[in-house]
Amino acid sequence: MPGGRRPLVGVLALQGAFAAHQRALESCAADTRQVRLPDDLDGLDGLVMPGGESTTMSRLLTTSGLFEPIGERIEDGLAVFGTCAGMILLARDVLDGRPDQRSFAAIDIAVRRNGYGRQIDSFEADIDVPGTDREAGIGTVPFHAVFIRAPKVESVGPSVTVLAEHDGVPVLARSGRMFVASFHPELTPDHRLHSLFLQEV
Amino acid sequence: MSSVESTRATGTYPVKRGLAEMLKGGVIMDVINPEQAKIAEDAGACAVMALERVPADIRRDGGVSRMSDPEMIDGIQAVVSIPVMAKARIGHFVEAQILEALGVDFIDESEVLTPADETHHIDKYQFTVPFVCGATNLGEALRRISEGACMIRSKGEAGTGNIVEAVRHLRSILGDIRKVTQADSAELFEWAKRLQAPLPLVQEIAETGALPVPLFCAGGIATPADAALAMQLGAQAVFVGSGIFKSDDPSPRAKAIVEATTHFRDAHILAKVSRGLGAPMTGIGMDDHTKFAERGW
Repeated sequence: MPGGRRPLVGVLALQGAFAAHQRALESCAADTRQVRLPDDLDGLDGLVMPGGESTTMSRLLTTSGLFEPIGERIEDGLAVFGTCAGMILLARDVLDGRPDQRSFAAIDIAVRRNGYGRQIDSFEADIDVPGTDREAGIGTVPFHAVFIRAPKVESVGPSVTVLAEHDGVPVLARSGRMFVASFHPELTPDHRLHSLFLQEV
Repeated sequence: MSSVESTRATGTYPVKRGLAEMLKGGVIMDVINPEQAKIAEDAGACAVMALERVPADIRRDGGVSRMSDPEMIDGIQAVVSIPVMAKARIGHFVEAQILEALGVDFIDESEVLTPADETHHIDKYQFTVPFVCGATNLGEALRRISEGACMIRSKGEAGTGNIVEAVRHLRSILGDIRKVTQADSAELFEWAKRLQAPLPLVQEIAETGALPVPLFCAGGIATPADAALAMQLGAQAVFVGSGIFKSDDPSPRAKAIVEATTHFRDAHILAKVSRGLGAPMTGIGMDDHTKFAERGW
């Protein structure tokens, strides 16, 4: 962050695990703001789209008037981190979504909602995050990832870099200043991925 | 790409509690058939609770109230993509086993159904599926958490359309949490005794100032203002039972309650979404009827 100012990161707070993201970001020396209306977007250095129910968020993005202004800011290059439902909101293609479900089509991936199954199939697992050693200090320690009714990445376009996989399926990816994860880094005390995101903010 | 040896653990506490975390800020709606489930999902519900009769009808009909027919739960699972919850009777661990086998996403061990055990609740650690339980006060909440509940909801008084009991329970739980944070270490032993709750949980609350699992509101929400009241008091999401499908016009009311739960501090939005919703469910007073909230130990 130029000038040493703490970055101000918005957390989409329409529904879902936004408070857990705020705690993670604040422990990485960022300031946070809950985003529920268009005015809340003013002056943000980055935006996190949390986990939750993507169909609920899609509907509330429309009723709150947030969909277009967020879309514009993403096009202008705002740094964005989407986890689980947030990844669905950012994906180019959403499979098994509702017909009226909207996404920003901002990252060239196709994801299947609930692609890993129902809650009884939700799981936690260690994942390697190779290739980010230097930039994020991720090192060789695996990242413990919690998957909750997670979306499954089914295809990835050429503009997207896959940062981690589980059982051969991409679970963490980036494209420019945009990061997406199918799991929940906000639910574990390890905040290396939030730090990685904040380097782009 | 190299990958850590494939590890995978299901049904762990973080995985179960994680779904409760994802439901925060949302509205979970009682539905009795696939048509209602679709209306709920269309309106922005973050989950539905599948049951055979809404609490207002359970109250009216009397008799023994049990787990729903699996066929009815299947039917609802088939039409919606959001999480589907279902209720088991207090202490009826076989109903819970059946609901888990059906693949429901959350089980509500609920006082709205007729209790199956007058002493014991379900040992919720034995299950892969997460549980929510009702509570009227902090001690009850902590006993349910010690049995493995991953979410606590106020009991309120289901099927009445009257928010007064839910407010009482939220104020009791959250008020006592505030008091516990002011207690010194010696007083925490007395708090544990008074609450009839495990000491380590009481000590944890003194440290963190919050329940270790999400706290939602249930029982008596009938209007957008009711939902926002629960949220401003400190609930993290709301269950709406009879309040939607016992009202005149369920779909707009469901949408309005979803918006009110998100924008719960914005009185202008609350005023806007509260307009022209038709009649809410009639509701009943608290004087002369069975209190479901007294079920549970």
